[in-house]
Amino acid sequence: MVEYLNLLSFGSEGWGDELGLGVLVTVTLAACTLPVGLTLGFFIALAKNSSEPTLRSAANIYTTIFRGLPELLTLFLIYYGGQMALTALAMLLFGEGVNVNSFVAGIFALALVFSSYASEVFLSAFKGITLGQYEGAYALGLSHFSTMRLVILPQLIRLALPGLSNLWLNLLKDTSLVSVIGLADLLRNTNIAVGVTKQAFFFFLLACLIYLVLSIISSLGLGRISAWAERGQGGH
Amino acid sequence: MSEVTAPSAVRPRATGRPWTGARIVGTLLICLWSALGLGIVWLLIADFDPEMIAKYLPRIFYGVWVTAEIVVLSVLFGALISLPVAVGRLSYNPVAGVIAFAYSYFFRGTPLLAQTFLVYYGAGQFVGFFKAVGLWVFFRDAYFCAIFTFALNTAAYQAEILAGAIRAVPSGQWQAADALGLPRFTTLRKVILPQALITALRPYGNEVILMIKASAIASIITVLDLMGQTRLAFSKTYDLQIYIWAAIIYLIMVEVLRRFWDVLERRLTRHLKR
Repeated sequence: MVEYLNLLSFGSEGWGDELGLGVLVTVTLAACTLPVGLTLGFFIALAKNSSEPTLRSAANIYTTIFRGLPELLTLFLIYYGGQMALTALAMLLFGEGVNVNSFVAGIFALALVFSSYASEVFLSAFKGITLGQYEGAYALGLSHFSTMRLVILPQLIRLALPGLSNLWLNLLKDTSLVSVIGLADLLRNTNIAVGVTKQAFFFFLLACLIYLVLSIISSLGLGRISAWAERGQGGH
Repeated sequence: MSEVTAPSAVRPRATGRPWTGARIVGTLLICLWSALGLGIVWLLIADFDPEMIAKYLPRIFYGVWVTAEIVVLSVLFGALISLPVAVGRLSYNPVAGVIAFAYSYFFRGTPLLAQTFLVYYGAGQFVGFFKAVGLWVFFRDAYFCAIFTFALNTAAYQAEILAGAIRAVPSGQWQAADALGLPRFTTLRKVILPQALITALRPYGNEVILMIKASAIASIITVLDLMGQTRLAFSKTYDLQIYIWAAIIYLIMVEVLRRFWDVLERRLTRHLKR
């Protein structure tokens, strides 16, 4: 028991500080991906909901691709493909190569996956808003943009929240994949700790439990947000 | 005698669809996708290397086979494991309920990659024990470890799907079966499950698709599935083509399964169509 606690101490002997930093990186990555993915997903949902067929098919191609590819493959394609493309570009412009940051590649890849799922959630939320809401807003003389901002979006958030909550939990789990391209997140630091201490079962179980705690904390926070979004619904 | 002239019958000009902002953006995006598609085709043709194809394509196809094996085996074993878990989730017994909930929460709340590491590397720590019980042959092999982990993982999801579908059957169905004097198990088998499985059909299909995608994780613990063969070939050639092959193959697998599931669902629910 004491031996295990020593493994977790902070400082040069234990791994507490490394794991703590890893958790920070994991959470930062997920938190940075979220706004990108949400914005992208919202616009894709707008495109899918549009009456314009070209816009709809462009959006459908996007979701078919990024929901069909394994997250790991998307990540590798972005990381290595981006590396090659940017190197070629930098060679042309500056005559020297660049290195793609695994954190940035992670944000890109995860945002692509997140947004394609989020667009489906937003789309079904859009379908839950009746035409009368738009007509009422237009009858009041609200512009297209104001209708979206003042009438549709507040209802959209409430309808989309359950689906988006699930996507956030998935995102938190998917960040672990970025450890494979060398980002020092929780799982990668756990791997390093295992490599040094040979306590594989203990450390990986600990990592799983930390992920579990992260998702429990998220669920509590999401519950609060959901209560806020439902505040006008006459519930309790 | 006056001449009758036909009223002029000039066809009004077709107005056509106007070029709205949405249409311009949509057309531009379609052009972008086409350019990307053509770029990929061009890359595949320009870098056409018969030697590389002869060397790596068969391996990639062998990888597809391994991926299919992993998916089928883990989904089947997962379905078996999910039965007791679903029973626990539905049970009124608090102990069974808590155990099933903890199982399901653990496997759904932690990353599959971490679970896979836990099983594969964690098992290595208990070599003595596994050798003693004769399971070391199983846990020594990354392939079996991957299937073992994936089965446990998908069982948690499948249990939720099954339990949810059974809960969704109206309670009147249970009561009517009780009134007919059917035993509980017969009620479940003859009345409840046929209705529940129809509800569960679509989520099950999604779960299989998720499993196809998740099976790529096996490549990280050295299993040579489609992703594993791709990574291996890429590390030897540094040719991005190989990742594009893999992407196309994964997309085809997922699309085929999705279409197949649509047909299956239409076929199985044809008696519900009005």
